[in-house]
Amino acid sequence: MLDLAADRHAAAVPSPGLLPRTDSPAVVLTDVRKSFGASRVLNGVSLSIPRGNVTCVIGPSGSGKSTLLRCINALTPVDSGSVLVDGIAVHDPALDKLALRRRVGMVFQQYNLFPHKTALENVMMAPIHVLGEDREEVEARAVALLSRIRLLDKAHSYPGALSGGQQQRVAIARSLAMRPTIMLFDEVTAALDPVMVKEVLATVRDLADDGITCILVTHEMGFARDVADQVCFTDQGIVVEEGPPEKIFTNPDDPRTRDFLGHVRF
Amino acid sequence: MTGVWDWFLWLYEAHGINLPVFYDSYDRQRFFAGLLTTLELSVCSVVASVAIGLVGAWALGSGSVVARRLVQGYVHAFRNTPPLIQLSFLYFAVGNLLPRLEMAGGGSRPLLDGFAWAVVTLSLFGGAFNVEIFRSGIEAVPASTVEAAEALGFNRWRLHRHVVLPLALRICLPALSNNLVNLVKTSTLAYAIGVPELLYVSAQVWADAMNVREMMNVLLVTYVGMVGLLSFGLRRLEAALRVPGLGTVGGQP
Repeated sequence: MLDLAADRHAAAVPSPGLLPRTDSPAVVLTDVRKSFGASRVLNGVSLSIPRGNVTCVIGPSGSGKSTLLRCINALTPVDSGSVLVDGIAVHDPALDKLALRRRVGMVFQQYNLFPHKTALENVMMAPIHVLGEDREEVEARAVALLSRIRLLDKAHSYPGALSGGQQQRVAIARSLAMRPTIMLFDEVTAALDPVMVKEVLATVRDLADDGITCILVTHEMGFARDVADQVCFTDQGIVVEEGPPEKIFTNPDDPRTRDFLGHVRF
Repeated sequence: MTGVWDWFLWLYEAHGINLPVFYDSYDRQRFFAGLLTTLELSVCSVVASVAIGLVGAWALGSGSVVARRLVQGYVHAFRNTPPLIQLSFLYFAVGNLLPRLEMAGGGSRPLLDGFAWAVVTLSLFGGAFNVEIFRSGIEAVPASTVEAAEALGFNRWRLHRHVVLPLALRICLPALSNNLVNLVKTSTLAYAIGVPELLYVSAQVWADAMNVREMMNVLLVTYVGMVGLLSFGLRRLEAALRVPGLGTVGGQP
């Protein structure tokens, strides 16, 4: 299965050093491996994610979904294999992390907002302190982002005073303030109640409409089915199967995919 | 003002409570000079020990093994030995090894005087505890919060400056307050190397006026007032830094 996936994408891998073309994939993983001590979490993952697509990564817990995502923005360094993001070689030890992280935003399950800063300050911090942008300009952008996620009235609230769904939307706005071209979502709705899940997923759908490449690790099969361009099923550290949602959800090739989806409620 | 000072003279004459530090201008002058010395000693040591704590905690978290070992060795040396011995050791043993400064009119004086050695010792002593206090605060900042900042492109310096230290300070402020209060009280040890701080001048006064009981009370009240002001300030700082959802056990959200 692994080799099959690798072959399918071999043609799409741009040679390193070339500038990214607009039609080149946003993210290309080739035979990525990662172990934590004795436990092998990624066993040769190969995956290509086209620009502007919404890709949902699904699979049982412990299948390496989150690790896969964290390898894309270098939060987890890979043991071997290559990770190309917008033409940046993430596996290169001499990686310019700032250049990478300007392009790639990430949102986490536990929101991870900065608790000592208001919602507005959370959104403004990275552009000001990391990119060195002008405060007034950044504030105007942050206000626009907060009104886009319908939380302008909470601009001066601290994260501790916001609901989970509100915090998660602020976390999305905080990432967007860096103007990323790729957004990673790591089980961003797992800690939320159904109403909040809806709020957050609506925000994600919005981003996809704007052409931002979105990669979600998720258990929201309904969202994957309705919004994703590509669904990718992982198990035991490999990509077992990938394809358009219609195919994966109605007629998967692999028995493991069928078995997993048989246990899922929509 | 003279009226207030005269009242203490009346107190002595009428009731036998002898407080020359208030009614006698010479004693008053040397008592308040001692108070000023104690305040200077405290402010210098508090500021320097906090700086040492921050730098030490930063070094403990750095990749350099040498820096970590050095800081750990320093903490062990200064946390695990009595401050009076540290003071004597630095003043008498190390102080004598340093070059002396030639004076204009002939003769020489030590490079560092007693006051300077007291500041050095108290800063190192308090700093050793502050390193551990700041480390506990830094380690209590959730790894997930740090990751979120890293994912936004923060480098190590900006990460500490804008995220880790502001949160760590809030977490460790109660422990830090304890240590700083203790440090101010420990400044009385400077008496042992002849620094004319509050305890030293008080001893001079009671040696002259034979009023040990009264001077002890004056000393205690002065320290309660001084340390009370410091803890009040630190509590205000704690309240000003309070944010909802963080370290609010028993407090308002």
